[in-house]
Amino acid sequence: MKEENINEQQRNRQYNEYVKQVAPKASCLANCVKAFITGGLICTLGQIFIAVYMENGMSKEDAALWTTLSLVLLSVILTGFNIYPLITTWGGAGSLVPITGFANSVAAPAIEYKKEGQVFGIGCKIFTIAGPVILYGILTSWVAGLLYMLVQWGAGR
Amino acid sequence: MEFIKAFIIGGIICALVQILMEKTKLMPGRIMVLLVCTGVVLGAVGLYQPFLDFAGAGASVPLLGFGNVLWKGVREAVDNKGILGLFTGGFTASAAGISSALIFGYIASLIFNPKMKKK
Repeated sequence: MKEENINEQQRNRQYNEYVKQVAPKASCLANCVKAFITGGLICTLGQIFIAVYMENGMSKEDAALWTTLSLVLLSVILTGFNIYPLITTWGGAGSLVPITGFANSVAAPAIEYKKEGQVFGIGCKIFTIAGPVILYGILTSWVAGLLYMLVQWGAGR
Repeated sequence: MEFIKAFIIGGIICALVQILMEKTKLMPGRIMVLLVCTGVVLGAVGLYQPFLDFAGAGASVPLLGFGNVLWKGVREAVDNKGILGLFTGGFTASAAGISSALIFGYIASLIFNPKMKKK
């Protein structure tokens, strides 16, 4: 009786270790492939936008800006119709890393919290993720710009 | 050809971030902050522009590219206006992305209603 118990415990432990070994790796690989496909497709779409805008005589810089606008608009529409969350569920980082993920993170809380009012609902929550991204992006670029300026001065002397 | 490059490079960046997320369990917000700041640094040390020239939208669509845009804006403004440029360049360059997300996001919040959560 006792021996059986010990055997069972041992087997359970072995099984758990086996699961731990196998499960995360397999799902990690699958998730990476999904992220690759999703992110790759969004970037390809961006490239298509750039090609179309440049075909219509825009400069490279303007085409890039119009592409950003187009992707953001598309992402917000998909967020509104509740389709973007489905892409995120399947694509993971693939839907998060492109600019469309940023647009989704702006639109989703704004829609979600509209009931709490114009100022404290939409106004505050729209910056839930955009706020930190803008703050640290601007801060990092400010520091980088300062260093750049100091290097320029140093070289000028 | 440029479409295939955009697909593969963009895909690789997303797959690498997926690995980072699986290993560290970082939340999406932190991932986005990390990407933008990394983009600024990569831009500032001069690595991102050649990468962008090679990969096109594969490098400009991910948030790393957004960071690089911030850096380019600051550098250009510093070249033209000095210290003042430190404070104007970042927002000027990122204006299209940030304004469009805010404006479209706001309009969407007027049009769409939150979906009921499944219990």
